[in-house]
Amino acid sequence: MAVNRNFRTCPTTGLLFHEPAEKLMKANAVAAVVSLLVGGLLAIGVVGTRWQALHWLAPGTFYQTLTAHGLNMLVFWIIFFEIAILYFCSSTLLRSRLAAPGMAWAGFWLMVIGALVNNYAVLVRGDSSVMFTSYAPMPASPYFYLGLILFAVGALIGCFVFLGTLVVAKAERTYQGSIPLVTFGALTACIIAIFTIASGAIILIPTFLWSVGLVPQIDSLLYRTIWWAFGHSSQQINVSAHVAVWYAIAAIVFGARPMSEKVSRTAFFLYILFLQIASAHHLLADPGLTSHWKIFNTSYAMYLAVLASMVHGLTVPGAIEVAQRKKGFTNGLFEWLRKAPWGNPVFSGMFISLLGFGFLGGISGVIMGVEQINLIVHNTIYVPGHFHATVVVGTTLAFMSLTYFLIPVLFRREMAFPGLAKWQPYVFGIGMSAVSLFLMGAGTLGVPRRHWDISFAGNALAYEYPGAAWLMMALLGVTGFVAILGGAMYLLVTVYSVFFGKRIPTPDFAYVPARANVAPAPRPVAAAITAHGESAGFAAPGTFVLAMVFLVAFALYYFVNWKYLSTVWPLR
Amino acid sequence: MSDAARNISEEEMPDEPVPVMQQILDNPFLLLFLGVVVPTVLYVIWGVVEIALLPIAK
Amino acid sequence: MSIESVTERNWWKIPMDREEVVWVTIAFIWCLFMFFMMPYWHVFGQQNLAHAAVRTTPADYMKKAEEGVAKWKVREETDQKIPVIAPPPDSDVYLVARLWSWWPILELEAGKTYRVHLMSMDWLHGFSLQPENINIEVHPGYDHTVTMTPTQKGTFAIVCNEYCGVNHHTMVSRIYVK
Repeated sequence: MAVNRNFRTCPTTGLLFHEPAEKLMKANAVAAVVSLLVGGLLAIGVVGTRWQALHWLAPGTFYQTLTAHGLNMLVFWIIFFEIAILYFCSSTLLRSRLAAPGMAWAGFWLMVIGALVNNYAVLVRGDSSVMFTSYAPMPASPYFYLGLILFAVGALIGCFVFLGTLVVAKAERTYQGSIPLVTFGALTACIIAIFTIASGAIILIPTFLWSVGLVPQIDSLLYRTIWWAFGHSSQQINVSAHVAVWYAIAAIVFGARPMSEKVSRTAFFLYILFLQIASAHHLLADPGLTSHWKIFNTSYAMYLAVLASMVHGLTVPGAIEVAQRKKGFTNGLFEWLRKAPWGNPVFSGMFISLLGFGFLGGISGVIMGVEQINLIVHNTIYVPGHFHATVVVGTTLAFMSLTYFLIPVLFRREMAFPGLAKWQPYVFGIGMSAVSLFLMGAGTLGVPRRHWDISFAGNALAYEYPGAAWLMMALLGVTGFVAILGGAMYLLVTVYSVFFGKRIPTPDFAYVPARANVAPAPRPVAAAITAHGESAGFAAPGTFVLAMVFLVAFALYYFVNWKYLSTVWPLR
Repeated sequence: MSDAARNISEEEMPDEPVPVMQQILDNPFLLLFLGVVVPTVLYVIWGVVEIALLPIAK
Repeated sequence: MSIESVTERNWWKIPMDREEVVWVTIAFIWCLFMFFMMPYWHVFGQQNLAHAAVRTTPADYMKKAEEGVAKWKVREETDQKIPVIAPPPDSDVYLVARLWSWWPILELEAGKTYRVHLMSMDWLHGFSLQPENINIEVHPGYDHTVTMTPTQKGTFAIVCNEYCGVNHHTMVSRIYVK
């Protein structure tokens, strides 16, 4: 099969796009946005029901809608987009042809078919309202599991195409020295994805076989333990990917360089080793597994991977601050931030994503993952509060910001409705942050997740949640609709721009023989050290202050939760 | 950091040994191996063994 | 820039700047502190979830629950005639979770300790004690023993908070503490 060596050079950015890679990136990005649209429509039903003043959906429909919302958002939207990111970070950033585009297309179509089959099971057949977690022995239709398995296989192929591209790029010497930091972050995401999918296969294939009667029984504790190796690790793919996106946006918008390649890459290395094991935090309230296993794993190995996140939390804004200070924004501690381009949605979305992921998502996540504190959090609606901060304000908003960059650069269209785009990160980011806060508040008061009626209407043994809990759920309703509006703004801008936006003049693809774009050799270190060191003080003092504010908030909230725990019934 | 310095040709660059830790981080397949094996052992295998060893009620 | 290949060949050798060293040190100390809090609480804290569980069958477990009802029943409640049992302190109390109810209802004494057993007859359920907000996962096939000490008198609820199908939200019960 003839190898396609057609590339085009982007006139705006200088990026080199490989023709098949560009088509694949676009296809995966479009599939991602379609999934987001489906998930977003379903969100209307979820919010409009949990806000019990509205209580729009009947119980069966609500549980069905919630299942499909989770799957389309947590799995299909995010992983399609991540595959596009993987191809961008390998082929485009390394200026290399994509390895095996045919395989990549096979993977894409498997993912599309898998997503359709799974959605068919949940939304059309209606016999698979089992939530994203599909805990055995609660059964779903065989199509449910089959759809997920096909999707996972397709994604796995995408991961191997990424790795193959790294091999091709190195062999054809399209770059020298080490791969860029953003590509390294993508590699981290890819490695975690491979572990995720392998775990998913180990548990979902037997469960599929059980659903067609070929396996007699699935043990519920084994299922939960192995499923969560897939379930939470899939979210850690998101963390690695969105951190890589943050670094990319810092470079794109500010020309920011990493403060230290060594520090940032070591942090990604800690992710590679230890992020996945924290899946154990889902099993802290379960029987059978010992506290040794629970404590070691839930802590990401003595919190080393949390350390890594705290490192990125400093080095990403720190890199921006250093770049801004070089441009002359040196007045006081925060001029660099005040004078940052807050009207550019590529930046504003990225920074809100960073703040939301760190302060709301990260802090709540570590606290929920403390073996004992988990007892007062498990299966309350606090849990979706946490993950709407991490996966939505964190990952989804970061991906949305990147889209605003990709519409002109990849899709070669002018951005439609630029005014809407400018405000979208604020409406979505602030709206969703409020959603998280109210969900966490309600959960602290004991409100359960995945539950149709907290009034237990008509039940002789009904429990009355405190008034504050009802208030939280109502506020969730209001802010939920604001967040959905923010999502709709994104969809309007992106879909309109991609299909109807004004085309930007673009050079054609032209044949570029391999070895034509061998990058210049990297410099020896001595020159770098003299150029790098400057002030005796901190290179990014404003960021250090923000980091300390974060740490104080973290410590305070951490101790508050131990206090809460200490007031409940003694348990052994 | 000047861009002129980035165009030093290969002959001018001295042959410095790459530090071991950097060699590890520069090797995607070694990282893949570690990233799959470490969590498989620490989380999956350890966990499954604990579950398998749970006693049966009398 | 982070989207370009690294300009230095041996970037590992470039020293970290002071700010990163300080932050990494502080963050690492905080991480170690958080890690050791967990074993600390096992020794000095009052709220720890025991992991002790045995595999058993629904029939065997139900038998033990029915024995408890036979021995300690004090009355019935609701149209479903759910038995209320008042077990003595330090006894093994068997609570059954099933689609979609809890059985029996427990009546305990404040300040006394009970070995409460949790198991499901069918799918996963969630034992969510309100307003304490203690939440434990209840599995089919695993008899999980949790030793608990109610601290004050009152009426407490058990809300199922592990989604278990279309009537999940009807699964609610009580614990009375006298």
